[in-house]
Amino acid sequence: MFKNALLLSAGLTAVLAATPVQAQTEITWWHAMSAELGEKLEEVAQGFNDSQTEYKVTPVFKGTYPETLTAAIAAFRANEQPAIVQVYEVGTGTMMAAQGAHYPVHQLMTDKGEPWDPSGFLQPVVGYYSDTEGNILSMPFNSSTPIFYYNKDVFEKAGLDPEVAPKTWAEVEEFSRKIVDSGAARCGFTTAWITWIHTENMAALHDQPFGTLENGFGGMGAEFTFNNEVNVKHWDNLKRWSDEGLFQYGGPVGGNDAQPKFVSQECAMFMNSSAGRAGVIRNATDFEVGFAPLPYYDDVIDEPKNSIIGGATLWVLNGKSDEVYDGVAKFFTYLSSPEVQADWHQFTGYLPITNAAYELGQEQGYYAENPGSDIAIEQIMRGTPSENSKGVRFGNLTQARDVVDSEFEALLAGQKTAQEALDSAVERGNQILRDFEASNS
Amino acid sequence: MQTKRTIFPNKLLPYALLAPQLIITIIFFLWPAAQAVKSSFEREDPFGFRTTFIWFQNYTRLFNDPGYLNAAGRTAVFAVGVTLLSMGVSLLLAICVNRLLRSGRLYTTLLVWPYAVAPVVAGILWWFMFNPTIGIVPYLLDAFGYRWNHRVNGNDAMILVIIAASWKQISYNFLFFVAGLQSVPKSLVEAAAMDGAGPFKRFWTIVFPLLSPTTFFLLIVNINYAMFDTFGIIDGTTGGGPAGATNTLVYKVYADGFLGLNIGSSSAQSVLLMLIVIVLTVVQFRWVERRVQY
Repeated sequence: MFKNALLLSAGLTAVLAATPVQAQTEITWWHAMSAELGEKLEEVAQGFNDSQTEYKVTPVFKGTYPETLTAAIAAFRANEQPAIVQVYEVGTGTMMAAQGAHYPVHQLMTDKGEPWDPSGFLQPVVGYYSDTEGNILSMPFNSSTPIFYYNKDVFEKAGLDPEVAPKTWAEVEEFSRKIVDSGAARCGFTTAWITWIHTENMAALHDQPFGTLENGFGGMGAEFTFNNEVNVKHWDNLKRWSDEGLFQYGGPVGGNDAQPKFVSQECAMFMNSSAGRAGVIRNATDFEVGFAPLPYYDDVIDEPKNSIIGGATLWVLNGKSDEVYDGVAKFFTYLSSPEVQADWHQFTGYLPITNAAYELGQEQGYYAENPGSDIAIEQIMRGTPSENSKGVRFGNLTQARDVVDSEFEALLAGQKTAQEALDSAVERGNQILRDFEASNS
Repeated sequence: MQTKRTIFPNKLLPYALLAPQLIITIIFFLWPAAQAVKSSFEREDPFGFRTTFIWFQNYTRLFNDPGYLNAAGRTAVFAVGVTLLSMGVSLLLAICVNRLLRSGRLYTTLLVWPYAVAPVVAGILWWFMFNPTIGIVPYLLDAFGYRWNHRVNGNDAMILVIIAASWKQISYNFLFFVAGLQSVPKSLVEAAAMDGAGPFKRFWTIVFPLLSPTTFFLLIVNINYAMFDTFGIIDGTTGGGPAGATNTLVYKVYADGFLGLNIGSSSAQSVLLMLIVIVLTVVQFRWVERRVQY
């Protein structure tokens, strides 16, 4: 008995000794990065925790992007919110409208006396995440843009030059036909994100408006106008190519079936976010992957505009103590340092957020060693962005995108023509925008 | 004859004994239901900063929304499909097992396994098997000249979710049917056999009517299962697509409320769903139950 008590007290002393004298301020960070990306994110947080002793950032995985946003909102209503939450670009409109819920990051950094220089960020990133007054409301973290992937081995088998990717949609069709006819692969191309790549970026690349009021940047009264000629023509083509077997649909939202079609060599070409690069390279073990910018219609525009951003930013939520915000500001400074950014960008395929991180990568010779890794950056930085290629900002965009997906599926099933499908998507989408406007004013 | 009656003089005791059950019902059932009714009359931004009372606008919008009416139709097809398929198959399996003497227990144990599989996992399993690219079923169907693609073809998608949802429920139905069959008196069946009734005649005139309480119970359970518990399976296989072909009412509640953050409309939909269940249950107990022989 006595021995046991002695052991117990010895154990207690050990536990007490292990606890640091001063308690660390804990900063909870909810995120939506799964698998390798999640591990890398935890590494970033660990790097910050090791660099100082006052604060401890605790990353918590909350599921997909929509799940993370919903969880954060529910937590906010119950006053249990995290200090930092990662919100995807589709949720930007929703977060911006909720002014009482977030602590604008530009204000936080100024309040806490941390260095803050918006001009250090890549221009398209600043443009995409600023409010109408030009202030950055959330911390850019992981931004991506869609790029074009192709199977060099299949190209060779089909008698195509494996070093030449199709530049235009006419070439995509021609190459696909050759690939399918020669039996090199069963289908020409597939794609992730019908909404983001084949509707939003399609409009941006061809300098067509996606909606009124500068694609929604000008205010909540904006309306969708993406039933323009280029999108109708493109959807018409996709339907025709699908019927001819040149194109295979990979499913709604992010297109879960698309990447398996590409890496199993069923489809020779594939369009997806640049952040899919690591995954494609790891899974494409039997063939060599080529990378290229997105194709365009050369009869519509000679020089395609820049592509637009996807990915997520970090929002700081209200209702935390001052010490927590001190830590958040310090963490953000750490996060935007060129070393951390360059490492994150090179590992994941997300864009480097700052010019310094991009330059660091160039100095390190990363882009020369990894061909194709700079395509996303070049594509997003090319030319002068117009009102139509700056991005899109609409409230309830998640719902509007669901509508676009379901109308696209109706088109593929032959229930509607491209014009009818897009008209109906615009009409239903506008109803969603009016709901958002009504509930936020 | 004299009956002994025990009288409890304490007036509060019955309420105290009922309290735990009542408190649970109020906290976990009545209160959330009341909240849903309340927010179905409101329009609110996701964070809850601005709330406007808008009377029946959420409801009128739903009834004018072709997407909602489509979901109602799809739910009917889905619920009937799942109920018929899962009850039919499990009755057949139960009859087969009931005829086995020694290996019956083994089969019973094996057939119960799927019930332990979480709905989302079941959905993913079927998603893999039916995946147009990597799945085994489309590969086999291709040999027969059928291009399976539930990503584009709404009927394929509906068949997929019906099969996946039924598979989950077969174990449950099977257990009840086996128990029901075992309680059918052997003497009745043997007497009929001696009178010259064949196996089919014996089943339809003796076993099936005697099973009717079990069948009726399972009918209610299965319809409710198909309408409310299949969210995970739909989410894991088709996500309500293509073009809303497998968007059932309960999935739409989730999609509009949790993905779309439209709390008002989502609440209005769940209130309607609640009414549908009440009506269905009343109908079942008033009209169907009359034909049940206990």
